[in-house]
Order: sequence, then structure tokens, then C-alpha cells
Amino acid sequence: MGHDTKFTNQEFKLVGTRPARPDGVDKVTGRARYGADISAPGQLVGLVLRSPYAHAKIKKIDISKAEKLKGVKAVITDADLPDNTKGNRDLLDILENCMARGRALYDGHAVAAVAAIDDQTARKALKLIKVSYEKLPHVTDVDEALKDGAPIIQDFVVDPRTKKNSNLCKLTTLGHGDIDAGFAEADYIVEQSFKTEQTHQGYIEPHACLATLGPDGAGELWVTTQGPFAFRSTCAELLGLDISKLKVTSSEIGGGFGGKTHVWVEPLALALSRKANRPVKMVMSRDEVFRASGPTSSTSIDVKMGVKKDGTITAAHAVLRYHNGAFPGFWGMLGAMTSFACYDIKNIKPVGYDVLVNRPKVAAYRAPSAPMAAFAIESTVDMLAHKIGMKPIDLRIKNAAKEGSRASYGPTYGPIGIGPTLDAAKNHPHMRAKLKKNQGRGMACGFWFNFGGQTCVDLNIGTDGSVNLIVGTVDVGGSRASLSLIAAEELGIAYEQVKTNIGDTASLGHNDMTDGSRGTFSSGMATIFAARNAIEVLKERASKMMDVPLEAIVWENGTAKAIGKGHSNMAPLSLKEIAAAAPKTGGPIAGHKEVVADNAGVSFASHICDVEVDPETGSTRVIRYTVIQDAGKAIHPDYVEGQFQGGAAQGIGWALNEESIYDKNGILQNPGFLDYRIPVCSDLPFIDTQILEIPNPNHPYGVRGVGETSIVPPLAAIGNAVSNAVGVRMSHIPMSPMRILKALDDA
Amino acid sequence: MLRVNIGGSLRTAVEGADAIDLEAETIDELLRSLSLRYPRFEPLLKSGIAVAINGEIYRDNWYVKIPLDAEVFILPRIQGG
Repeated sequence: MGHDTKFTNQEFKLVGTRPARPDGVDKVTGRARYGADISAPGQLVGLVLRSPYAHAKIKKIDISKAEKLKGVKAVITDADLPDNTKGNRDLLDILENCMARGRALYDGHAVAAVAAIDDQTARKALKLIKVSYEKLPHVTDVDEALKDGAPIIQDFVVDPRTKKNSNLCKLTTLGHGDIDAGFAEADYIVEQSFKTEQTHQGYIEPHACLATLGPDGAGELWVTTQGPFAFRSTCAELLGLDISKLKVTSSEIGGGFGGKTHVWVEPLALALSRKANRPVKMVMSRDEVFRASGPTSSTSIDVKMGVKKDGTITAAHAVLRYHNGAFPGFWGMLGAMTSFACYDIKNIKPVGYDVLVNRPKVAAYRAPSAPMAAFAIESTVDMLAHKIGMKPIDLRIKNAAKEGSRASYGPTYGPIGIGPTLDAAKNHPHMRAKLKKNQGRGMACGFWFNFGGQTCVDLNIGTDGSVNLIVGTVDVGGSRASLSLIAAEELGIAYEQVKTNIGDTASLGHNDMTDGSRGTFSSGMATIFAARNAIEVLKERASKMMDVPLEAIVWENGTAKAIGKGHSNMAPLSLKEIAAAAPKTGGPIAGHKEVVADNAGVSFASHICDVEVDPETGSTRVIRYTVIQDAGKAIHPDYVEGQFQGGAAQGIGWALNEESIYDKNGILQNPGFLDYRIPVCSDLPFIDTQILEIPNPNHPYGVRGVGETSIVPPLAAIGNAVSNAVGVRMSHIPMSPMRILKALDDA
Repeated sequence: MLRVNIGGSLRTAVEGADAIDLEAETIDELLRSLSLRYPRFEPLLKSGIAVAINGEIYRDNWYVKIPLDAEVFILPRIQGG
């Protein structure tokens, strides 16, 4: 059955309500099973030996003593992970990141792994592995890495301008108009440089998996992941397996935020299992998560913007340098693409630099790259406003992108929501609240693309009328509740009658990862059409049961009703009655749908923030915070608000505290939550939210992605608030007490 | 004839061009035409690209019809978190 994804503005009975989450009891009672919560008979413990150097040649690895230790069942090095990547450089980078191949490229890079009967034996075995290193010069700072004479990290990377070996792996120049002419038009020009430090997603659950792989090439992987299908194909390709012979089951997930869209120890667990012919369980320690999974880029950004006295921004130029870790990525490119996306500026030129350094391979983190770009741009917008004596909100409203504006990444916008979020911010009581001494208010806007992608779902109706919905997008933020609401809405039954389950890779066709704010958008779309397909089957069965032509059956309020001459007095049949008769009317009743859910609809947010800064200690407290975001239709508003609040909370930590600190030897100094401080409840104010429901024209219910945009504005909103509180422009994130005091001293 | 705009770093695969005129009714035809004309473009199809038609971004649905007067941008396929 075909489907039309256009928005239909239908009326809802259940969508938009706030029922209890179906997984809540499991999670608060400890019944929910996470990555480390599964065991198998005969399982081994897998551990990884990691490089103590930021950059080193691996001259020799001697595993002989470790292999002889009683209780050790397998030891692997890169020799056990042959290159099956068939010239695919990106895949080879993933393989080399999982296990060093002749060179250690960052502190914590895996160089060998063991599987043993218990943790103690595995740890002893790690100590028996002898690695001969030759230390190489290293570089961990993004600006230093671009200088002539900087240590070169990858031989195959060349500067696209000079064609010489370099740490610059990608240069992205975007824009439109003529920035020189634009700056000539300006009455005032502001130039400012900004820096942001490396942060980590800070998910509470570390990476964990249980792998089984036999000599026949058939295997299973239980794993905490945002994308079991992507993990399946990546692991299968790296290990030379048939995709269909590897079954991947996603556990409950204790946070991902992009960090669980990439493989780290999973291919190693499978390789150890293959060698030992026993199940292997691996759980990364927190130290390992910080040292060797994927953080964000640190950045160095220069911005120049010009404005007329009337508030028209005439030109904008930004050079955005993002570190990628030791392997090429596209994070600077993403920064450039998102940089000026909130504004309608005639002349812009964002330039993104992707730069290699001796740090872990950068991974996605919630609207990846956009928060750092927004920090630099939105801070400069505030500086422009101060320069011309205009309120920052009014300058933003005057220059906000609208339908027909050209985005900084190229295309022309259709209907978008930045204007309404700014209007709502201007009218919000928060904007008018009085501030006290040492307090400051800031605001900022943010943009994120949102994605759709490949999705399929199965909807099975039991003979008791209960419904099992099986989806392939991992529930990272409450999507099971939203998808149950959608199925119940379509079928005309109670929310409690639907149970949504996350299927494994053997149960469903391919599903893209839960990333790009796509879970509820894409699986929701597939659920709508799967339910409608099931309704067609229900109507056929009702037609048999009522002995009336199919054309005379309609589905209303969860019942099949016969209409037309001679049928109007017949009692309707409920879903429950039709389901009970299913074995005798044709067998199981089900609906299935696969979709490519493109056009997820771009998303915008405006945030307002009040802070109080102690001028003696430099300590900052966020005392009030408001998130206003265009969500399209909010299926389950609690979860939409939760996403808004979660993004803001992470942004507050990023803005004020979080920073990975590398010493002069390139060694991470704070690989733990004591020294890398994410905010806890007592650090945060209540985060107020306002959902704007501007329908996405390309979804039947008008849904947009909501999960990521909320982390884009906080760095800048807090930066502007702190700058206003202390009277000095803050240009370095995180704004730790030390940096605030230094900025005050330097002023 | 469609005017196809090429974004940022993708231009290196099309000899630096920022826009190319070609005949295509679908995204698939468009990408095949580009690959024929610029062999360095073909590897990008494997690493991933997206196509924006009148501002709407398509990453996977390559058989979408492109209206005659559409604004078309080739973009890198990007990742979220």
C-alpha cells in the first residue's frame, strides 16, 4: 500500500496527551537490562591494553607470556583484525581506531586485547603483554596542529590547497553574496576570536557488550547502541562476516547523545570470541570511555560581522577550526554549514577547517558541531547589538531567517520556525524579569537539520486485541511512549493496549540509527502506515464476519462499521472481537511498513538564560533558564519538554564546567566524573520550556525532530549572560571560575 | 535543464565548479550524470551525499522527481547525534 506523507491536520484523541512511560517501572525497579546486564554460559571477560603515549610507533607487541597465563583464552592484536575494508578509507579508519595498526595515535588508543576466565586473570594478562614503543612528536591543540612543522598524524592526508602532507583533512568554504561589498556597506564591524574545549557526551552507562562468534561465522552481539543495524553492518564488514549471520540486539541505553553511534570495543569483543570460541563480555571503564571513545571537537573560531545603524547585518565571515582527533571527519564542515543558519544575511562566508590532532576520534554529540559555531556567532551578534545600542532580541528578530531566506549551507528555506521562537522569547515573562547585582541575562538562537532515513516497523494484533509494535529505532528518549500513542491513535484503541518493542536485527529490515532526531519522526511515520495497513486487514476480516462487501466497511473509533443500504442496523465489530476471531477468518492480523522518511524538517530554538557570577571566586550559577523551540506536533509533550530540558542541561555543563584537559605530553588528565564535572540536579534551575507546534508539511501529523536543537543555543546564551553579568566579553568555553577571573583581571 | 549547485568541499570532485547545468528528472539521474561527467564524483556517492530540492533535504530517496524549475543543491551526507 502506498502512502502520502503530507501533513493532513487531522484531529487527535490521544496524540498530544501525557500518559505514563511504558518503560518507567522497569527502569526504576532495576528490571531494565542495560549493556552490562546480560551474561552467557562460559562467558569470558574481555579487556583492552591501551597506549600510554599520545603518539608512538609500535615496534613490537609480545603476547606470548599473556597467552600462556592459565585462564587466558585469547589475546588479539591488529594481526587478528586483517584489513577487510576493500579500499574503504573510512572503514579502515574505524578499524584502526578500534585497534592500533603499527602506531598509537592518542593516549588510550587500543593496542591489544585479552579474553580470560575472569577479570583478575584478564588484568594479569594485560600486564604480561610487552609493547615496544618509539615515542613520536605529538600535537593536541587545533591551532598548533595547523602550523608549519607540526607533527603530521596521518600520511595519507594532504592539505587541499597545497597538496602537501598536512593535518588539515578537509576545507569547506560556503556562502553567498560578496562579503567585501557587505562589509563596505556596514556602519560597524565586530571581529572576535573564540575557543571551546573538548567535551564528552557524558552518558552514564559506559560502552558494554556481550559477543558470541563461532567458527562458522555466525554470531550474536548484545550491546548498548543507538544503532544495532549500523553496528551489525560495520562489525560484519570489519570482521569479514555475512551481515545476515550476525544478530545484534540493542540493550536499554543509559544515554548515548551520539556517542553510541560508533563502534569502539564491539569488533574486539567479536574477534576475541571468534578466537576463543566462547562468549566474551566487555565493559569499558569510565577511564576508558573518556580516553578512548568519541568526544567533541575542541574549536578555534574567528568571526567578523558587519551591521548598519538600523540593525541590518550586511556581512558575516567565520573561520571555524575543529579538531577531528586522529582520523578525518567532517566536524568543521558541519560547523560551517550550521554557522549562520538562523539568519537572513545577504553576504556570508563560513569556512570550516577539519584538523587532525593526537586525541581520540571525534564522535557525534547531539547536533554535532552546531553548539560551538553558535557560541561564536551568537556572541558576535550580541556584540553587534551592543555596538548599535539595539536590544539583542530585536537585532535577531530583524535579521532572522524566514521562508525564502538562503541558508548558510546553501538551499533556500521553506516554512521555518526561527521567527516564531524569537517572537515568543520577546514576549516571554522571563525577558521582563528584573535582575539583581552580579546577575546577567543572555539569549541565543540555534539551528539543527534533523534527519529521517530508512525505517520499518511491524504491528501485530494479538487474539486478545492487544497490539505489539516492533520498531528498529532504539528508544533513547521516550519514543516507545510516543509510538504507542501513534499506533493507538490510528487504530482507535487505548494507549495501554499497545506495547512497543525494539526489535533486533534478525526481526526487522534495516533501520537507520536513532540519531539526527529521527526516532519518533521516522518510526512514527512508519507506524502510522503500518497501522493503516493493519486496519485494511481488520476491515477484510470484518467483512467476512458480517457478511457484507468490503466496500461497505469503514473503520471508526476502533470498530469496523457496515454502512450503506441494508447494513445500517448492524452492530459494529470492535478490534477485540475481530482479533478474537482471527484464527478462523484468515490467521494473524498484522500491518507492516517500510519507509524512507526524508524531509524531517529543520528545527530552530531560542533560549533565555539568567546567571549570577560571584566576582570574587568567578563561580557562576544559572538561576533561570527558558527553552523555546519549534517541535512540529508534540506527540507526547512530556518527552518533548524532556528533550528541551536535557539539551539545555548538557549545554549548561558544557558552558561552565566540562573540559577534557590534556597535559604537555598529550595525556588526558581528567578521565573521570570527579574531575570532569557534568552538572547534577543541584547545579541546575528548573528549566522552563515552551513548545511551538509549527507543523512539518512533510509528516502526516506535522512532526519534526526535537532531540538535538536544544543543545545548540546554551553555550552562547550562557556566554552572553555571563558577559553581561561581569561586563567583559567571555570568549572561551568552558567559562570556569579561573577563566572568568582571568577575563576580569585582563579587562 | 537543471542548475545543480555544489556545496563546499564537494566542489573538489567537480573541478571546482559551484554550479553545473544538466538534464535529470530524478535524483538518481542527476547523480549518474554527475558521475559520468566527473569521475571523481562517483566515490562520493559511496561515502554519502544528500540532495536538497527546493530546500527539502533528501538523503536516501533517489527516485524523487525533480521539478523543472527546482533549486537543487548537492550537500554532504551529514550525521546527527
